[in-house]
Amino acid sequence: MLGATMSKGEIVAGCLAPHPPHLVYAENPPQNEPVAEGGWEQLRWGYERLRESLSGVDYDAIVLLSPHWQTYVGTHFLGLPTFKNLSVDPVFPNLFRYHYELDIDVELSQQIHDHAAEVGLSVKMMKNPDFRVDYGTITTGHMFNPEWDKPLVVISSNRSRDYYSVEVMQEMMIELGKATREAIIASGKKVVVLASNSLSHRHFTTESAIPEDMSKEHITSHAMHLWDMRMIEYFRSGQSQRILDEMPEFTEQAIAESDGGGLSWLLSTLDIPNYPGILHGYGTIIGTGNAIVEWPERLHKEA
Amino acid sequence: MSSGELVGSYIVPVHPHTVLAPEQNEGWGRLRNAYDEAAQRIKDSGADLIIIYSTTWTSIIGHQIIADPNPEWVMVDHDFHELGSIPYSFNIDEHFAHEWNDANEKRGLKSRTVAYHGFPIDVGSVVALKLLNPDNSIPAVIVSSNVYANRAETTVLAKACMDVVKKTGRKAIAVTAMSLSNRMFTKPIEPKDDRIHSLKDDEWNRKILEFLSEGRLEDVGQLSRTIHRQIRVNKVVAFKPMWWLSGMNQNRNNLTGEVLAYEALHGAGGAVVHLDPQASGAGDKEYDEDDVEIFTGERNVLDSIEETSSQKVDQQIQDSTVGPKLWEPTETEDSVNSDAAPKPVGAYPHARRVGDLLYLSGVGPRQPSTNAIPGGPICDSNGSPLEYDIKAQTRAVVENIARILEEAGSSMDKVVDVTSFLVDMDRDFAGYNEVWAETLGHYGPTRTTLAIKALPTPIAVEMKVIAKI
Ligand SMILES: [Fe+2]
Repeated sequence: MLGATMSKGEIVAGCLAPHPPHLVYAENPPQNEPVAEGGWEQLRWGYERLRESLSGVDYDAIVLLSPHWQTYVGTHFLGLPTFKNLSVDPVFPNLFRYHYELDIDVELSQQIHDHAAEVGLSVKMMKNPDFRVDYGTITTGHMFNPEWDKPLVVISSNRSRDYYSVEVMQEMMIELGKATREAIIASGKKVVVLASNSLSHRHFTTESAIPEDMSKEHITSHAMHLWDMRMIEYFRSGQSQRILDEMPEFTEQAIAESDGGGLSWLLSTLDIPNYPGILHGYGTIIGTGNAIVEWPERLHKEA
Repeated sequence: MSSGELVGSYIVPVHPHTVLAPEQNEGWGRLRNAYDEAAQRIKDSGADLIIIYSTTWTSIIGHQIIADPNPEWVMVDHDFHELGSIPYSFNIDEHFAHEWNDANEKRGLKSRTVAYHGFPIDVGSVVALKLLNPDNSIPAVIVSSNVYANRAETTVLAKACMDVVKKTGRKAIAVTAMSLSNRMFTKPIEPKDDRIHSLKDDEWNRKILEFLSEGRLEDVGQLSRTIHRQIRVNKVVAFKPMWWLSGMNQNRNNLTGEVLAYEALHGAGGAVVHLDPQASGAGDKEYDEDDVEIFTGERNVLDSIEETSSQKVDQQIQDSTVGPKLWEPTETEDSVNSDAAPKPVGAYPHARRVGDLLYLSGVGPRQPSTNAIPGGPICDSNGSPLEYDIKAQTRAVVENIARILEEAGSSMDKVVDVTSFLVDMDRDFAGYNEVWAETLGHYGPTRTTLAIKALPTPIAVEMKVIAKI
């Protein structure tokens, strides 16, 4: 049924949209139980700028990949219309206990799933209503769209890197990215794609008495800073292929959260963009490096 | 007051199949029967506390201990959600949890208790507690596995726990919720087709179980790093549960062990093992690791191979032995440095990449992190000559080369050219040449061997290597 009579779908923007729960905690939304005095403003202002940038843009759904739904048996997709539960971060339960209710674009999920299956990827729909959506998805979902008024497609992070290597992970994620792109175009829908991950990912192993004490916040090492800046330079100058080329080194040396495949997948959904990404913000969270970047695909349509 | 003690230890598998689908595969059914047998034995032992160390609950900031007296929720596995949901309601000993937390802090560990409504108890703990304690008659505690923790930290965690067991006079059961080999099939399979992922994984699992059935827990603890490299997918930086369990058992090697079942769970190795504290008369302990009482080290994220804090050890080495100051390897755009190789003695990297060639700095036999010289140093701190083993030194050089190559994405078969330096050609050439033939010689790189007056550390051999990537 797709095709002739329907208009082509499109990706209006692709974003790197990291998910440390500290950002939600610092904002004190009604859904989150803990109460904060603020903190991590640089990144939260970055998210504000990202939302601002997309405020006039019309789209139907958000497609999101989070490294905290970790699957070892292929890639999974949330496959029921709604999920409602309490998300408690197992690592930072003191900061993140969020009551969520989110809608899934099951049709689009199924289309991406089917397309990925056609190209030979191992995929599965997740249809257990008791399933608790991971805190990465919830955090990025909230920071990107606090109204939760757009349906989501939520894709798990296949841990092929843990089994094989960053190279194999990247090959699979580039395949998944292509399948995602093609399915979106075939769906006739307008979509934003989000990769939910940090850059350098070396944490502090201690936490200050007040987690939002910003006098304690900095990158864990000079080497991590240099890697983050190098990646940001590539983002800003449209050198996506270089990012993919250096991904194995970056992921190993910066212990980067791109190991979950989100960034490679994102760049692939955007067909490896050679135009500059917009840096909306950068900051550290318990020492990890986080950038909020938008590739405004809507402004760079093929002729 | 009676003094507390450990009355038994169990190793149990983590995947939900034993709870949700034991009838779908005979092996899963046998694991379930073994779980039920373990539950009966725990009941019969008169235990009044079950302590679970779960590998499927990872933490970053120290260790976390569940302290909610009655955590309740519904658990759905991230991978095997189609098998169904596991509702749980557990009986947690919050007082023990708080005391353990305090004991951890007294021993220098970072630790915190967790008592939040809706906290997601991990799959391994849920499965273990559901099956080992089906009527919740025995209170339990659950502790996380810290991703950065090394052996010292994990051992101190066990000691802190035993402090509280003794102090409170408990009869405790220690449980590690873990897979042996943890490599799963990356595609869905029919239940009937389940088997251990590879023959190598199966052989390693059987070796581990042979040790455990002989009660040689500490031996398995000491093999943890090797096991991790051989049969573990790198979800975490090390295979830690055996460190904790051995620590809980005073690092004993003469327990009475019994393997109740060993089967595949979607390719991973699942086993139910019972270790009774009764001495088996088998091999007594040969504990040769640092026996740490209080944790003082900085956690090192890349600690999987050597676990002592490298800075601390470097300092000790520099205080106590001969040799130049050690440097952090130089970081540049093309440099390749490995935590698994010895620290440089100057401002240079372990290797440097140029195009598809890799140039290694001179590699000696010093051991990464401990800085020890296999085969012994060639002289003492006063410069008096010592007897040393050139073959052991040469072998260690080759191992260090292999580690650096691996870090750079290369390997021994890609070595192109080697320049070797010997401080005593007459004495050492034959031994060096023999090890060469067994190792690098196999791969056929070109070689030049030079006699030189001295090397910067008390070693007899060093090699300079060029390899392809
Ligand atoms: Fe994360």
